[in-house]
Amino acid sequence: MSTIALHDEHNHDHADHGHHKETLISKYIFSMDHKMIAKQFLITGIIMAVIAMGLSILFRIQLAWPDQNFPFLETFLGKWAEGGRIKPDFYLALVTIHGTIMVFFVLTAGLSGTFSNLLIPLQLGARDMASPFLNMLSYWFFFTACVVMMSSFFIQTGPASGGWTVYPPLSVVAKAMPGSGMGMTLWLISMVLFVASSLMGGINYVSTILNMRTKGMDLWKMPLTIWAFFLTAILGILSFPVLVAGVVLMVFDRSFGTSFYLSDIVMGTDILPNEGGSPILWQHLFWFLGHPEVYIVIMPALGISSEVISVNSRKPIFGYHAMVYSLIGITVLSFIVWGHHMFVTGMNPLLGGVFMITTLIIAVPSAVKTFNYLATLWRGNIRFTPAMLFAIGLVSFFISGGLTGIFLGNASLDINLHDTYFVVAHFHLVMGSAAIFGMLAGVYHWFPKMFGRMMNAKLGYLHFWLTFIAAYLVFFPLHFLGLDGVPRRYYAFTEFEFMKKWLTVNVFVTWAAIMAALAQVAFLFNFFYSIFKGKVSPQNPWESNTLEWTAPVEHLHGNWPGEIPTVYRWPYDYSKPGHHEDFIPQTVPFSQTMSSNLPHDFEGNAEAEKIQQDWELANPVAENKS
Amino acid sequence: MSLRKFITNKTTAALAVLITVFANTSVFAQDAAAGAAAAPKVDMGEVYKSVIFYILVFLAVCLFIAIIGKAIRVYELSREAQGKSVGINWNRVHASLFALFLVIGLYGVYWEYTVHGAMLLPDAASEHGKKIDEMFNLTLIITTIVFVVTHILLFGFSYIYKYSAKRKAYYYPHNNTIEKIWTIVPALVLTVLVLMGFLTWRSIFFKVEDPNNKPLQIEVTSEQFKWSIRYPGADGIVGNKNYKLTTATNTLGIDFKDINSRDDEMADEMVLPVGKPVKLILTSKDVIHSFYMPHFRVQLNTVPGMRTIFEFTPTKTTAEMQQETNDPNFKYLFLCAKICGSGHYNMQKVVRVVSEAEYKTWIAEQKTYLNDDLRKQFNLPVAPAPVKSVADSAATDSTAAKTNQMALNK
Repeated sequence: MSTIALHDEHNHDHADHGHHKETLISKYIFSMDHKMIAKQFLITGIIMAVIAMGLSILFRIQLAWPDQNFPFLETFLGKWAEGGRIKPDFYLALVTIHGTIMVFFVLTAGLSGTFSNLLIPLQLGARDMASPFLNMLSYWFFFTACVVMMSSFFIQTGPASGGWTVYPPLSVVAKAMPGSGMGMTLWLISMVLFVASSLMGGINYVSTILNMRTKGMDLWKMPLTIWAFFLTAILGILSFPVLVAGVVLMVFDRSFGTSFYLSDIVMGTDILPNEGGSPILWQHLFWFLGHPEVYIVIMPALGISSEVISVNSRKPIFGYHAMVYSLIGITVLSFIVWGHHMFVTGMNPLLGGVFMITTLIIAVPSAVKTFNYLATLWRGNIRFTPAMLFAIGLVSFFISGGLTGIFLGNASLDINLHDTYFVVAHFHLVMGSAAIFGMLAGVYHWFPKMFGRMMNAKLGYLHFWLTFIAAYLVFFPLHFLGLDGVPRRYYAFTEFEFMKKWLTVNVFVTWAAIMAALAQVAFLFNFFYSIFKGKVSPQNPWESNTLEWTAPVEHLHGNWPGEIPTVYRWPYDYSKPGHHEDFIPQTVPFSQTMSSNLPHDFEGNAEAEKIQQDWELANPVAENKS
Repeated sequence: MSLRKFITNKTTAALAVLITVFANTSVFAQDAAAGAAAAPKVDMGEVYKSVIFYILVFLAVCLFIAIIGKAIRVYELSREAQGKSVGINWNRVHASLFALFLVIGLYGVYWEYTVHGAMLLPDAASEHGKKIDEMFNLTLIITTIVFVVTHILLFGFSYIYKYSAKRKAYYYPHNNTIEKIWTIVPALVLTVLVLMGFLTWRSIFFKVEDPNNKPLQIEVTSEQFKWSIRYPGADGIVGNKNYKLTTATNTLGIDFKDINSRDDEMADEMVLPVGKPVKLILTSKDVIHSFYMPHFRVQLNTVPGMRTIFEFTPTKTTAEMQQETNDPNFKYLFLCAKICGSGHYNMQKVVRVVSEAEYKTWIAEQKTYLNDDLRKQFNLPVAPAPVKSVADSAATDSTAAKTNQMALNK
């Protein structure tokens, strides 16, 4: 392999770099070290998540008590909540920014950015990313995007408020709502910066995975986390540019008088001059990214949970190849299902039928993944670390939310469920809660790798149980609102007789949401406290096989002192019969584990098989393995 | 010995704290009781509204959790000092919690299905709606079975296979037969659902028109934040519209040059004759809205610059539905389901499904869109009879052109 030759050159380079003096700025701010960038992504992601969660509590308060005043809201929000009541326009802004932040900044950048950066070099045995400078730029573009997005809260007309999908003409015609003015411009700028960041990251991830694997690390020896990050990055590279194209056209429509998305519009009696465009065009462009985007969100979470479940069940992940193929299947199929967001938008019904077929096919690889998780747990020896608890929670949410997807993917059922609370419940379980749980599982699992210290397990347990229960209490009842025909993004349920019976449910859901939000305090305290005061982590706290745990606890530029370890086996040799421990790291050659080798391990290498046979003949005691 | 002393000290300290907390609570409770006795009604409303109150409650909860955490720590340290095995077997705790969660969760699901499930929309009031409901029920049954079984397995395995130092997990990396089975079975089930869904979808959107039972055309136009309904009048055809003709008097931009438009009628509510197919022509003036009629399982977006069409047949009159739901105030309605601005949450109109005879009397009472002002504007004779002449249409053409010009200037 030519790539290995490259590595050896790098070794010397990096050893030299180690002697350079690091300043505060080069180490913590404009760092080009993948581990520091991962931490930057994570902490920014956590801050954005807390903000977005806060926004959700604000609109949940409005939904639960639509006719009560909360003076503290006016204190915080000023004219947007005059008299302590959130205004309808600002309610929509809250919903919009909550969605945007959660989907893009937390679950895309916070999740992929953190764990791809941290784990790709460490699990593959590379000194750093293929392009550390691009990697640094990726973070700073993301950071700028966050700042621009948040700055829209400090302008007169408020943030964008046309929903996170920003459908035109609502988002394009400034007169349609206050949020479609300056706020929307900032949204678009922020999104362009974000996509640039995401592309720089994605290109880096793909090139690192393809070119910089250590000796022996062929593709089929990569942990599932890396497979997930790899396919996620490909998905991002192919779909995000389409969003930028759409966004550029929208900028033109908004600022330069073009009519890509506009036609035949009359605001009151004011006839707009735009002709010939189509609002449906935006929906196609948006969902061409938007649907792969939900898999960009969930696939890293699935990769993380595969790893965490395998490590903590002390069992190889069941059906490693099937897991990879189902990820590939999801990746490919996710490009041809976007139309299921548009069944009732007036798109040709013929297309609706086609998209329904592709959509329901994607349930098959998802089902395979779920069954493989269950099979991994079966006859395992499960350690309930906080990471494992969150991974099990993820599987539960993935099942619950995935099953409701079968309703929504069916075009004829979607007629009555489209844009109702059923949709809200569905995606909050399957991509919201499941992906957040994947992210939290990753944080608990790799915290020792990131900060060299352990998080407090008991606070982790408390955090998990409160969040898990609260998330179900919040989202399960919402399905029934949707089945009763309550549309989403309603400011209040007071104007419709048939919705009034759900007001008490809304109060309940809001309390559950507040409980979930407060439970995060346990996490935040644990996270920041443990960075400085946590117990110092041992070398391999979870007795895991993957390569990152062979790197020293103390971070150093270049990850490993001396040579990069060589990989001899796949990462899931847990509880292998005949071996004295219940794990065999990837760096242990088969020659050191003669007592546990299986014929399958040698991949048809006749010479190795012969050596093994000879050894077995010479050591008949080892034959008692199952 | 000194360690032991330390622990005893800590235990005593923890106990002391606990006792103080409880003592304080009871003292406060007594105070409150005394206060209540002295001043009969203390208005707590303001207290409940103040943020500081909730912050204090939260801090108290945090303190309580911290005390419990310390107590657990003390217990564990004392076990360790006594040379016994680990204090709390957390693996067993979590395994049991998962089992408990499974049982309570399944009961919760059952409760939701029966209690909230009983609060849902009544059975569909349209022909295609029945098919959708059947499709829904089938999907619900299949998914509920999968949901329950997989969750029993997930939490059941978590409970059974909890960590034990004595045991080693079963090395079982793959089994192609099993994997094939659980790829093919979901694929087959989904094929059934896809096929049924596809057929239902086709029957809804690809209807063959029965020449003897032509659908009633009704046009619905959405704008921020209201709906306008246009009935076709005697000719049964909803006439043309052109957004460039929109004025304060002709808010929908109806083109009265088109003879079919002249008898079009306006209505405050949508009245439909039972059992007759209805063809909804959906349009929008400003932004995208969504025309949503939950009781009839009808939804389609209204898109500016594009006509969308939904055809359905109502099968139950409002009166029948009132009986069925046991609610004399029951009303069908349609509402907006696509975010469209600040008034999105209140865009509704009543739908009344009545007998054919009732419909005929009602429709006869409705006014046409064309009024005297508009006749003047379109150079039509003020007399009701529509007269068509070359000069007339030429004149309207020029008016339209003028309006166009104005629109373009804006």
